[in-house]
Amino acid sequence: MNYFKQDVASLHADLVAKKISAKELTQATFDNIKATDPKIDAFLTLNEDAALKQADAIDAQGIAADQPLAGIPVALKDNLVTKGLKTTAASKILENFNPVYDATAVSKLANAQMVTVGKTNLDEFAMGGSTENSAFKTSKNAWDQTKVPGGSSGGSAAAVASGQVPVALGSDTGGSIRQPAAFNGIVGIKPTYGRVSRWGLIAFGSSLDQIGPMTRSVKDNATILSAIAGHDDHDLTSSTQAVPDFAAELNDATSVKGLRIGLPKEFLAEGVDDGVKSAILAAADTYRKLGATVDEVSLPHNKYGVAAYYIIGSSEASSNLQRFDGIRYGYRADDVKNLEDVYVKSRSEGFGEEVKRRIMLGTFSLSAGFYDAYFLKAAKVRTVIINDFKAVLKDHDFIMGPVAPTTAFGIGDEIKDPITMYMNDVLTIPVNLAGLPGLSLPAGFSNNLPVGMQLIGRPFDESTLYKAGYAFEQNTDFHLQLPTLGGQN
Amino acid sequence: MNFETTIGLEVHIELKTHSKIFSPSPVAYGADPNANTNVIDWGYPGVLPTTNKGVVADGIIAALALHATVEKHTHFDRKNYFYPDNPKAYQITQSDKPIGHDGWVEIDVDGVKKKIGIAEMHIEEDAGKNTHERDYSYVDLNRQGTPLIEIVSKPDIASPAEAYAYLEALRQRIQFTGISDVKMEEGSMRVDVNISVRPVGQEKFGTKTELKNLNSFNYVQRGLEYEEQRQQQVLMSGGAVQQETRRFDEKTGETILMRVKAGADDYRYFPEPDLPALNISDDWIKELGDAMPEMPTKRRERYVNDLGLTDYDAMVITQTKEMSDFFDATVALKADPKMAANYLQGDVNAYLNEKQVDLQATKLTPANLAGMINLISDGTISSKMAKKVFKAITDGEEPKAYVEAHGLVQLSDPAKLQPIIDDVLSANPQSIEDFNNGKKRAVGFLVGQIMKQTHGQANPQVVNKLLMTALQQ
Repeated sequence: MNYFKQDVASLHADLVAKKISAKELTQATFDNIKATDPKIDAFLTLNEDAALKQADAIDAQGIAADQPLAGIPVALKDNLVTKGLKTTAASKILENFNPVYDATAVSKLANAQMVTVGKTNLDEFAMGGSTENSAFKTSKNAWDQTKVPGGSSGGSAAAVASGQVPVALGSDTGGSIRQPAAFNGIVGIKPTYGRVSRWGLIAFGSSLDQIGPMTRSVKDNATILSAIAGHDDHDLTSSTQAVPDFAAELNDATSVKGLRIGLPKEFLAEGVDDGVKSAILAAADTYRKLGATVDEVSLPHNKYGVAAYYIIGSSEASSNLQRFDGIRYGYRADDVKNLEDVYVKSRSEGFGEEVKRRIMLGTFSLSAGFYDAYFLKAAKVRTVIINDFKAVLKDHDFIMGPVAPTTAFGIGDEIKDPITMYMNDVLTIPVNLAGLPGLSLPAGFSNNLPVGMQLIGRPFDESTLYKAGYAFEQNTDFHLQLPTLGGQN
Repeated sequence: MNFETTIGLEVHIELKTHSKIFSPSPVAYGADPNANTNVIDWGYPGVLPTTNKGVVADGIIAALALHATVEKHTHFDRKNYFYPDNPKAYQITQSDKPIGHDGWVEIDVDGVKKKIGIAEMHIEEDAGKNTHERDYSYVDLNRQGTPLIEIVSKPDIASPAEAYAYLEALRQRIQFTGISDVKMEEGSMRVDVNISVRPVGQEKFGTKTELKNLNSFNYVQRGLEYEEQRQQQVLMSGGAVQQETRRFDEKTGETILMRVKAGADDYRYFPEPDLPALNISDDWIKELGDAMPEMPTKRRERYVNDLGLTDYDAMVITQTKEMSDFFDATVALKADPKMAANYLQGDVNAYLNEKQVDLQATKLTPANLAGMINLISDGTISSKMAKKVFKAITDGEEPKAYVEAHGLVQLSDPAKLQPIIDDVLSANPQSIEDFNNGKKRAVGFLVGQIMKQTHGQANPQVVNKLLMTALQQ
């Protein structure tokens, strides 16, 4: 029996039917991770003892049909704090940090009796698009280990794509769920800002960050989003909007019939690879065949998104990351003579290059005399971008386009050139700035690497995105193609 | 050369909420270090603040009490700086849109009334506390997140005496709202002061210095007086005042240079992204305004115009809301207002000073004070007897019951007094003769004898009346 290609629903059926116990599934998961992780380096920390113990307890209690997530393994991006389980944000500054509480999304999954198997690699503090900014290791693309898995949720994406786990959580500030999902041929959603509580997510850009699920199918993704979404008293930016049972709405493979889809011309402009472009145009044809209309639309200010994002995100990050000061927890430099030394040395030694670059960028943007020209200007650009989306989504049910201009690039190819790296996020960043939901799903291949399609919806209308994603999935077979790593795959 | 002085005051007031402004930790004193803290107060990774609605309400109440405009669409900002007592390395405060702006209070210095403008007031969190040892420092975050209101004056204060009066007016008004204890000695009111002088006629303000270590209103006034003189002398001797921070020395009454300010600090303020903007409804403002107690100025007007107190009496009675409430309750029980005011200023205040307690911590009640005053008014007891009764009511005794139990009832019945007077007169013919010869002192002696016979219980007024009638026959 090969559990590593099964989706959540079929694993659940097997668990209920006792074809496999939670303990066996958990043990098999660790065996597989140990066999495959040396190739993809998806995990930073494994939670083996606690996970097996939890699985035992679940077995002892029995799994009922109305516990769809009980006993299902999940991996967590290592910027989600986990009580008693090391949480590093892939930074030396938190190298040995053991939190005393669980993030809300984590405790919601724990309450649903999902089994946390470990913490996945990321770019340090989620800053980057390749995991090459991790202080500890670079994860590898599940399809080609010479390529990056994308980032910053690269570890989560590689773990899901390679069959190590059926579900992982990621976080997305400028594309950090959608781009690695695209690079690894899986499904990832950046929910509407406020859909999922940020309590316990180590903050990067507070007005942009969202936690979201990464899975191998749209339905699994919908199941997990329903489980982690909802208002949280700990996070006043979390919405009180009702959370639908998204997965229950997915039963019609032709549900896009009659919908109007916008395809922004800027999303297929210069800089977008031909292979990516043709996959998206083919996807547009698929939707047309299913009875939807696909119009060319325009998001004229999309091109300013990257600049605005690197000012707003970095400004917020420069403030959010000040708490890592060597005083109360985390890394503290040796050989300090005074308080200023504690700050300067601990932070200089504890943070990596990209994080320091963004702290400097953000600090500058907020400085007296520069605030108006940078932070305030960027905030105004953000409003203009929001209005662009509003205009299109007024008479279109959703927007489609690529997730990233290219497929996964080679390890080491872009890390020396921050601007090129930043431009990878040109199609995902505006969605964070506007706070909209963005779904990334497999839409084909180019040069044997997955191409991701992005569906962007109205605020809190993840339902339409999931329905459209499900319809696409049911009429294509891209999501059924899985990488082979050898080992138990 | 003639100078004019400009003084600016930034007053921090600690609010009396149950929990902190952005975390559910309790606001309480005397706990072990870091006992009243949680992950939010530690600035732990992944935590988020939540706004205590009670603090926003207190901000609105303060704005209303200080005649300020409530900013209905407001938000919090981050003020960024590193210090170990500041765990997030930013303070959540209000910079862009403070909750209240453009208020005023009226002061009275030597009978001259003046309005002092308040530029703005904002709500924010307090920092923790560092304690330094020789080789290391302790950080206690119990105070971290305690809610504060900062009140910033307009440059209207022109003398140290006005500064004192402004602080007193501010303290009183806030004290009456009940949102803070406003006690300098307990740190629930803290004052930062800046002062500059300039030659009369000069348009530009002079260079200002900041004063620290001003731990009472008196020290504020004395520190400012010293600094005003010092700056004038610097200018008169041709020098220039430096922008600097100076420390007030309580022993010498002088200010001493602490540090020279080199340029402004850059706190990189920006809107707090973790907290939604506040939209304050007119209904809420009205609800809070309607529930607000009557302010001291209003009460003083009422005391003078309706109850016939002197300005001075009214001022003393309205020092604290507790005293003023006590007075109102006493008068409501039909006690003579003037007598009630006298007792509160005299015996009650002396008792509070002796015991070093607040009025509400004693066993005194308006009912018992009114009861005692009414017994004096209706002649049941003399004011001399009242001394004993007052002592009893400070122990919580009911005055009427006490008077009866101790036989303190005054002898006012002429039918009972007349025989005693007659006895005393017949025993002292010399005094009658003295009286008839114009020696008025003889009356005093005779009254004394009557009081002696009645063990002090005779009503002096009745005795006087009866005695005079008898003597003039």
